[in-house]
Amino acid sequence: MTTTAAPLLTMQSTRRRAADRLTTAALVAAGVGVIVPLLAILLFVFLNGIPALNMALFTENPGPTGVAGGGVKNSIVGSAVLIGLALAIGLPFAIATGIFLSEYARQGRLGFTIRFLLDVLAGVPSITIGVFVYTAVVLQVGHFSAFAGGIALALILLPVVARVTEEMLLLVPQSTREAAYALGVPKWRTVTGVVLPAAASGIATGVILAAARIAGEAAPLLFTALGNNFFSTAVTRPIDALPLRIFTYATGPFPYQHDQAWAGSLVLVALVLVLSIGVRALLARRRM
Amino acid sequence: MAQLASGPLNLRRRRAAFGLLPGALQERAFRLLVTAAALISLLLVVAIIYELTHEAWPAIRKFGIGFLWSTEWNPPNERFGAWPFIAGTLITSALALVFASVVGVGCALFLVEIAPRWLRVPVGYMVELLAAIPSVVYGLWGVFVLGPWIQHTAGPFLITYFGWVPFVDGPALGVGILSAVLILTIMILPTIVAISRDVIAAVPRSQREGVLALGATRAEMIWLVVLPYARSGILGAAILGLARAVGETLAVALVIGNSPRVPDSIFAPAYTMASVIANQFREVENDMHLAALIYIALLLLVITLVINALARLLVWRVTGGQRPTVLE
Repeated sequence: MTTTAAPLLTMQSTRRRAADRLTTAALVAAGVGVIVPLLAILLFVFLNGIPALNMALFTENPGPTGVAGGGVKNSIVGSAVLIGLALAIGLPFAIATGIFLSEYARQGRLGFTIRFLLDVLAGVPSITIGVFVYTAVVLQVGHFSAFAGGIALALILLPVVARVTEEMLLLVPQSTREAAYALGVPKWRTVTGVVLPAAASGIATGVILAAARIAGEAAPLLFTALGNNFFSTAVTRPIDALPLRIFTYATGPFPYQHDQAWAGSLVLVALVLVLSIGVRALLARRRM
Repeated sequence: MAQLASGPLNLRRRRAAFGLLPGALQERAFRLLVTAAALISLLLVVAIIYELTHEAWPAIRKFGIGFLWSTEWNPPNERFGAWPFIAGTLITSALALVFASVVGVGCALFLVEIAPRWLRVPVGYMVELLAAIPSVVYGLWGVFVLGPWIQHTAGPFLITYFGWVPFVDGPALGVGILSAVLILTIMILPTIVAISRDVIAAVPRSQREGVLALGATRAEMIWLVVLPYARSGILGAAILGLARAVGETLAVALVIGNSPRVPDSIFAPAYTMASVIANQFREVENDMHLAALIYIALLLLVITLVINALARLLVWRVTGGQRPTVLE
């Protein structure tokens, strides 16, 4: 699209052309204004993270506070445990909810209500989720635990995956379902044996993106998983997570903590980006 | 179709689960199962509101609605008021929203109306990816890059040349309102850019061509046709960004300076509702302190629910019932 002013009155058209140029310049500036700070964050994470990367980061646990060295192995393993717990707790509910919305409640009041409530859940701030799980789980059980952290992350996962599942199931053509019915397959078997497998790769994509998102969450873990300076994989005890460790080290007084916070951020960002880009690349190739 | 071939296999395996039940009952059982799972979200929303109200009850009973505008925050004496935090949240979120809306919508217009295709696709893609960067990483960047820059460069510059503007008062610390506003702006930009780009791209071609055929310049087309047409969708995008800013916790907790006072300058340290919970919840001094913090969590929940409901209403109206495409 090019400027298409047809000048009759020269003065006026000059002014209009100037306004056009000014608007274009402002929009280009806005584009640059968005790209530059976002790129700056990535750049600094790489610049500060790479020198601080070493094997010890992945193979050692934190030493006594104030003693340089050590690593964040406990945090990385803890994050993996927490994500695993969240998936184990959240996925069955999320996928079943998606099936319900797509196969049993496409229209109607109940489906509308559930969709609305999922949107509500998706909008609850993650810190509020943390406070809720603290009162509902930690206070009842009497102590912080990886399990409570897993529940908090599962609550964040639930609306995202339920929504993706619904959308992916809706993409499966109606004729596929009808083909199964024509063979005498009952509805529930059509859903579990035909529709769900046909949508499986799309759902898996959504699950991976959701997992990448909860991998970076720290706010809901503050009062549930709590964090732990020692290596632990027990679900009944407090556990560390990479974002929690970065949060603690960012405010810590020691330079080695800052270095490890940058290195940890690099690991986290790399993980999130690799998952997101990988999944999208796979999707793009399938669409072609 | 390869996936379909695996169907019968699955059927055989599933037979074990419901195998003992007759056909009609299997159908009912499965339906019941997924319905029950779907109802968990109803249960959860009710449970969240109930639990928070229940645990905040001592504070709600003691301070009532006056909690909202009382400015005293004195844990040892059990005197609590939420106004400093509400004010901190309102100020930082509103300013971030203004900055991010102007720049974000500008960027969206740039991507749709100006940028050539080879630039539009990768940039749009990158902005969406950046929405996935964890908030604690933004916080870390805020502490070690943005904070020092404000303290040594931007702050002194603003105070020297714009010191006459109200609320631009020294000294510029690395942490404070301005740091929080800038971090929040950067964090909500991807949301606003992604959604308003979709909304702007949805403005029909015929609308653009119509006004261009009348001799309008591109700027006039944008101001007279594209923006009015996309107005409510852009508003929806902005409100979704606002919801994210209001609920944002750790990045803000790292850069806002943590002071329970109503800020009197853009450089003053302050607190937001989310960040005071993050910082004080684990070290409460008494039961009333805990109840007051949960009261704040409840207020935060109410605020974000209202904001989200508004946003979804607007976005739904524009996109005709389709949900926003960005994975929040």
